[in-house]
Amino acid sequence: MHKLLNDAPGEEIFLLGNDAIARGAIEAGVAFASTYPGTPSSEISLALYQVSQESDLYFEYSTNEKVALEVASAAANCGLRTMCMMKHVGLNVAADPLMTLAYVGVTGGLVILTADDPAMFSSQNEQDNRYYAKLAGLPMLEPSSVAEAKEMTAHAFELSEKLKTPVLLRTTTRINHSSGVVTLGKLPRPKTKGAFKKDPFNLVTVPAVSRRLHVSLLEKLERALILSEESDYNRIEGNGPWGVVCNGVGYSYVADAIQDLNISDQTSVLRVGFSHPLPEKRIKAFLKGCEKVLVVEEGEPVLEEGIKALAQEAGLTLTIRGKAPDLFSRLYEYDPAEVRQHLGTYFGVAVPAPAKVDLSGVPEIPQRPPNLCAGCSHRATFYAVKQAAKAVETIYPTDIGCYTLGLLPPLSMADFLICMGSSVSSSCGFAQATDSKVISFIGDSTFFHSGITGLVNAVFNNHNLTLVILDNGTTAMTGHQPNPGVEMAAHGRGTAHRRVSIESVVRGVGVEHVTVIKPYKVKKSIAAIQAALDFEGVSVIISEETCTLYARGLKQLKKKAFRVSDRCVNHRDCINEIACPAFYLHGERPQINANACVGCALCAQICPENAILPLKSSA
Amino acid sequence: MDTHMETKRLIITAVGGQGNLLASKVLGEAALLAKIPVRMSEIHGMAQRGGVVESAIIFGDAHSTIISDGEADLLVGFEPAETLRALGKCNRKTIVITNLAPTPPFTVAIGKGTYPDIETIQELIRAKTARLIAFDAVACAKQAGNVMSVNIVLLGALIQTGVLPISAAQIQTTIRNKTKAAFVDVNLKAFELGMQAAAESAAVSEPPTA
Ligand code: SF4
Repeated sequence: MHKLLNDAPGEEIFLLGNDAIARGAIEAGVAFASTYPGTPSSEISLALYQVSQESDLYFEYSTNEKVALEVASAAANCGLRTMCMMKHVGLNVAADPLMTLAYVGVTGGLVILTADDPAMFSSQNEQDNRYYAKLAGLPMLEPSSVAEAKEMTAHAFELSEKLKTPVLLRTTTRINHSSGVVTLGKLPRPKTKGAFKKDPFNLVTVPAVSRRLHVSLLEKLERALILSEESDYNRIEGNGPWGVVCNGVGYSYVADAIQDLNISDQTSVLRVGFSHPLPEKRIKAFLKGCEKVLVVEEGEPVLEEGIKALAQEAGLTLTIRGKAPDLFSRLYEYDPAEVRQHLGTYFGVAVPAPAKVDLSGVPEIPQRPPNLCAGCSHRATFYAVKQAAKAVETIYPTDIGCYTLGLLPPLSMADFLICMGSSVSSSCGFAQATDSKVISFIGDSTFFHSGITGLVNAVFNNHNLTLVILDNGTTAMTGHQPNPGVEMAAHGRGTAHRRVSIESVVRGVGVEHVTVIKPYKVKKSIAAIQAALDFEGVSVIISEETCTLYARGLKQLKKKAFRVSDRCVNHRDCINEIACPAFYLHGERPQINANACVGCALCAQICPENAILPLKSSA
Repeated sequence: MDTHMETKRLIITAVGGQGNLLASKVLGEAALLAKIPVRMSEIHGMAQRGGVVESAIIFGDAHSTIISDGEADLLVGFEPAETLRALGKCNRKTIVITNLAPTPPFTVAIGKGTYPDIETIQELIRAKTARLIAFDAVACAKQAGNVMSVNIVLLGALIQTGVLPISAAQIQTTIRNKTKAAFVDVNLKAFELGMQAAAESAAVSEPPTA
C-alpha cells in the first residue's frame, strides 16, 4: 500500500512537503488530478500518480499546464474534487484558462497549486505568483510549514466549493522540498463519478455572459473577503507595539528571530496565510495597535503595498517598511540570520554578532557543475550537429530539459532560451533577422508541451531553419515522467495510453525534410544533419535514443563498457570535445571508468587512433 | 512532541548519488521515534547529474528549515572537498565529521582543476572549528559489505558524538523499519563501523581549547 493511503488517523509521520500536499488532497477526497511536471512541484504529481494506481483517483500527465487546467476545469465543473499542480512558470502557460475560469467558476472543489521558486534553484525566473490571485480575482492560500501545507490543501477544497471558485495554493521551494512531521487525518470515500449540468448561459463565455460573470466574480470576492477576515490562517501572535507582517516560510524565520532576540513581549506578528483577498479589517486593527511595522515577504512587495494602501484608508501614518536597499531585497530567498538582522536593526535591538568562521586560507575548491550523464544521447547529438555545422556561422536556440546543459563547454551548444517551446519559435525570428544558419534543440516532452505550434509557424511562414528533436522517450530532467511520445506499455505503465509518434506529427504539419537518426551512429548522423542543413526551408532531425539514466532504471541498459587501449597517443579528443564524465586521467593518459561507461561508443568513433575498444577485447 | 531541548542544527553535504537524502530521512524518522521536533530541507542541484546535494536538519523548537552561514552545530560531509566548501556554515563551536575518500569533480578528473590537498583540508577545518572527526568512510562501507552504505557509516559517526538527543538504538530501529529489507544487515554493520571510527578518532584527537 502506498504510504499516503495509510488509513491511520492521528498517526504522526515524517513527510516531504510535496507528499504532505498530496496527502492533504487525498484527505479532502480528491477524485481527479492533472499536471505538467515541473520542479519544485513534481513530487506531488508523482505521489498522486502512484496513488491513482491503487485507488479510484484519476490522474493524468497532461501535455502542458494550459491543457492540464482545461482538463481540470471540466472535471471540477462536473462536481469532482480536482487538483491541478504546476511550477510557477507553468501558471503562465495556464494563465489563459485561469483568467476566464475565474469568471466561470466550479461546482466541485478545484485547487490549483503553484510552486514558486525564489532563488531559482531550478527555474528560469523567480516571478511571484501572488500577483495571479489579484489578476484573476481568486482566493489564495500560502502555508508556512509542511504540516500546515497538508491542512491548507484539504481546506482549499472546502473553500473552493463554498465560494464556487478555483483556489490558488501557493508554495515555495522551501515548503515543497522541506520535510516535517504531519498528523494523518481521516481518509474519506471520494465521489469519483461526476455529472455535468448544462447551463450555457453561465458556462459559455460570450461577451454578454462574461459581463454578468464578472459581476458574480466580484461578488464571490466579497464573500471571500469575509472568509479571509475570519480565517485562522490570518492570525495575530503577541500584542507588543512592534508589528511584523509576514507570509509563507518568512513566518518561520520571523518566529525564530523573535525568540533569538528575546522580543516577544514587544512584538506582535500578523501571519497572512489567506493572502487574497487581504483581511482588510483585521489588518487595519492590527496596524492601529502598532508603533511601526516591518513586512517580511520573499519576492515582490505584494503584502507591503496592500498594507500601505489599507493604512492610508484608515488614516494611519505609522511607518511601514519592507523592501528597501537597507532592508529586505526583492531578490532570491531569505534566510533566518538575514531576517533576524533586519528585525533587530528596524526595531533597534542589538543583534548578537554572527559567529561565522573566518574563511581566510581556504584554497579555491573546484566547482561541481551538473553534467550530462555518462553516455547521455544528447552529447552524441550535440557532437554530430557541431561537426555537421563546423563550416558555417550558426545560432543554436535551445529549450528546457537536461539538454540545456549543452550550454557548458566543451559542448557549448546553447545560444538563446526564454521559456518552454522558445527554441523553435525564436528560431523563426533568428532565421529571418540574420543570415546565420539556425539550428535549434527541443526535447520530446517539451516538443509536445509547446513546440508543435512553433513548428507549424515555421512551416507556414516558410522559415529557413533546422529543428533537432532530442527524443529520449521520457521527461528526463524532472524525474522521468511520461509524455505522449512514450510507449507506456513497454515501460510497464499499463495499457491505458496511446502513443503519439513525433515523426507523424512533424510530417503531418507539413515539414518536407524529416530524418530520424540514431545519435550513437556518429558518421550517419553527421551526414543526415548536413543534408538537413542543405535543405532550404524547415528541416527536422529526430534523434532517437532512450535516456541512459531512465534505461538504467528500467534495467534495459545493455552495458558493454569500453576501455582506452595502448594505441592511445593522447590526442584527448575524447575529453576535450565530448567531456563524458566516464573519463578521467590516470597519470597523463585518458582512462574510462568501467562502472560509469554505458557503452554508447561515441568516444570510440571519434578517437583518431581507434584506441578506444570494448572492455572485453584483446589489443 | 513534548520533549523540550536545545535546538541543534545539522548540515549534510554530499555529491549526487552518495545517499545523502536517505541518511537525512533516517535521521528524521529516528527523531520522530525519539519524540524530538524535527524539520529538514534539501537542495539537490540536479543530483543525478553529478551536482552537490545539501540537506539542513533542525532538531528542537525552531521553526526554520534552513540554516544560515555560521549557524550549524554539526556538519557532516560525505566528500572532503564538499566538507570544506560548506565550512561557511560553521562557527568555532561546530563539530565536523568528514569522509576522507575523495570523489574528484569531473574538471579535476580530466586535469582541468586542482583538488585541494587532503591534509590541508583537515588542518583548516581543525583550526577553525571545535572538532574534526575524519576517516575513510568508503573503506568502512566496503567492510560493511556495500560501498553504497557510506551514508549510514557517517550517520554512525554522527550519533557517536552524542550531540543529538537520538540514541544508537533509535537509529537502528529506523534502519530496520525504514530502509530496504535487503540492505538492513549491511546498513546495521555500516552504522556500527561508523560509530567505531568516530570513537577511535575521538581517542586520538583532543578538542582544542576555545
Ligand atoms: S537523465 Fe537522461 S537525458 Fe538527462 S543527462 Fe542523464 S542521460 Fe541525459
